[in-house]
Amino acid sequence: MNPQVTYKPSEEVDFAIVGSGAAGGVLAKELSTAGFKVVVLEQGPWIPPSEFSHDEIKTFLEHQFTNDPQQQPQTFRKTPQDKAQRHAGLIYGRLVGGGSVHFTANFWRFHEIDFVERSRRGEIPGTGFADWPVSYAEMEPYYTQVEWEVGVSGLAGSSPFDPPRSKPYPVPPLPVKSSGVIFERAARKLGWHPFPAPMAILSQAYRGRAGCIHCGRCEAFGCEVGAKSSSLASVIPVAQQTGRCEIRAQSYVHRVEINNQGRATGVAYFDARRQAQFQKARAVIVSANGAETARLLLLSSSSRFPQGLANSSGLVGKYLMINCYHEVFATFEEPLNEYKSVAVTRVLHDFYELDPKLGFYGGGGLDARFGITPTWFALGAVPEDVPRWGKAYKNWLESYSRTMIVASHAASLPVAANSVSLDPDLKDAWGLPALCMTYKDHPDDLSTIRYLNDRAVDLMQAAKALKVWTRPVREQSFAVHLLGTCRMGNDPKTSVVNAHHRTHDVPNLFLCDGSSFVTSGRGQPTMTIQALAFRAADKIAAAARRGEV
Amino acid sequence: MNKNPGHDLNRRRFLLSGLRGAGGAWAALHWPAILAAAEHAAHAREAVPPAKLEVLSAEQAAEIEAVASRIIPSDETPGAREAGVIYFIDRALATFAAAQRDDYAKGLQVLQAKTQEMFPNTQRFSQATPDQQDAVLKALEEEPVFELLRDHAVMGFLADPARGGNRGKIGWKLMGFDDSPAFAPPFGYYDR
Repeated sequence: MNPQVTYKPSEEVDFAIVGSGAAGGVLAKELSTAGFKVVVLEQGPWIPPSEFSHDEIKTFLEHQFTNDPQQQPQTFRKTPQDKAQRHAGLIYGRLVGGGSVHFTANFWRFHEIDFVERSRRGEIPGTGFADWPVSYAEMEPYYTQVEWEVGVSGLAGSSPFDPPRSKPYPVPPLPVKSSGVIFERAARKLGWHPFPAPMAILSQAYRGRAGCIHCGRCEAFGCEVGAKSSSLASVIPVAQQTGRCEIRAQSYVHRVEINNQGRATGVAYFDARRQAQFQKARAVIVSANGAETARLLLLSSSSRFPQGLANSSGLVGKYLMINCYHEVFATFEEPLNEYKSVAVTRVLHDFYELDPKLGFYGGGGLDARFGITPTWFALGAVPEDVPRWGKAYKNWLESYSRTMIVASHAASLPVAANSVSLDPDLKDAWGLPALCMTYKDHPDDLSTIRYLNDRAVDLMQAAKALKVWTRPVREQSFAVHLLGTCRMGNDPKTSVVNAHHRTHDVPNLFLCDGSSFVTSGRGQPTMTIQALAFRAADKIAAAARRGEV
Repeated sequence: MNKNPGHDLNRRRFLLSGLRGAGGAWAALHWPAILAAAEHAAHAREAVPPAKLEVLSAEQAAEIEAVASRIIPSDETPGAREAGVIYFIDRALATFAAAQRDDYAKGLQVLQAKTQEMFPNTQRFSQATPDQQDAVLKALEEEPVFELLRDHAVMGFLADPARGGNRGKIGWKLMGFDDSPAFAPPFGYYDR
């Protein structure tokens, strides 16, 4: 790798980008290749892929890839009326590459309906249901750009429910696993339409990167060989090679500074030694994820912006959406060995738009998957009729290699009371106010996920599984999809950023990540986060060239 | 990490020979990536700590091991004892679970008190018969000490051997889990 350029914090760069994940990585690459000077400030460390570990303890208990609740504690409450309790529910990637390093890499595009649900389906009581200020048609070239630039495996035209596309996938689907074969046969028996999962994992070598070696540690782990198309493996190396982009790790931005003209002047951050620093920039882009982007604006309040920066709408942090997820386990006679290769190889979208006659709004997808490591399985997947210890428990452990999952993925509706905010009392290890998560699933979301979960049970029964088990659907308190907290829109009263990701209140401050989402889609947001980032980069670069940033 | 370069070379050859089963053309295409992953896995394995206690006393260890042996008993196949779960827990209390040392100390008191209450002639849990031990654990199932010991026993049985437990990959073998650094299709019975 070439040694990267370094800028002095006192040197005014064109763009300071906060966050190096799915969105920040793409923006860094696009803006630096377009000729701009860019500094990316990342909270977490820069971990070389050779140090990514298969050790479950390191991943789940020592938080190699994610935010550590010891250093950055959080609180949780179901409604704004409740007293928040210590609970770290918002989980995000905290290293160079962000969540795209450890994510499962499911890469569905949104469908046309996802951008226009409000006008198609009308108002839903208790929600801030709204259309996006962009359409699928406008997003399509950017979805294609994501597929070809970061590298996505899939088979065009294999789902009758897919939206139109201008180009096939750059590499073919990954080889089907036993779970995929079982899922596909059973789904066809039921008259449904399974198709090869689109994954941001390379099925073969592409653009100088290795293809997948099927080690099986995708979900929750990092890819040592760079076959997973994380920002770290795909776009960040391109940004560095421009000689114009510095990725500055262990730089915890806690304030966007504003001058008397109401323009952003740069970002204040703590460096690796927790010393206060300030990076000057002509414009600031925040891509810190749907929790931290909102938190940063709230932390940046001032006499000019007393309720938080760019928050004249009062909507910063509001409308948190996290998607609904539930799973059915099924055990078969022969080994599936699902611990090998990528988590998901088959998907179906027959239930993407549910019939309104069911009495609730929603829809989603099912997939055949298994990303569960041995300890995770042994602690987290025990059926209710199996004891949790002793000889019978030990016997059950043996079913690991014969077990698969059918997972349901669905929307979460935008509810204003669901939010991220600053906890009034709790502080993190840097002395900054901690995140508070307020979340209660909308009743329609729970009905949708129950409906999908029942279809997953149908599917595994049709597959003649020896044993099928699931848990009751409950309200969620953990979130890995962090969406909607600085929503896009044309009206400054009902949105935080405009259709080009510029904040309505501060002309040289842009927000682009999951926080920009108006609605949540059906459960796989990263593809859309990256398509938005490519589009935002186009709009921001064009505005900058016109001198309008 | 390794002072002897000859050893590195030997390991490389060893890894090469171990991957021959993966299919010629496929392996050739993916070679650099497989080697990187395999080297990484081999390093982790070399780091297996020695079987000695750093945090726990021999007496505490005997009680904890007795509990772990009821969580995952030894029968026709090896259990928690043979997997060296106690060394995992000792390492845990020196590292990621250091904050839980007090919970362990308190938990062991609860365990002893419950044993004496239910079986007055028995001083310590480790001296009780397996049936008596199961009865004590059953009575403690809702207590925090049970959750703590149960979770750590399971982790010690199944986590990476570099963490001190899962010796000889006993836990993984029981589950049918293969930790090879690379695989090629077919992966299982149904995708043949």
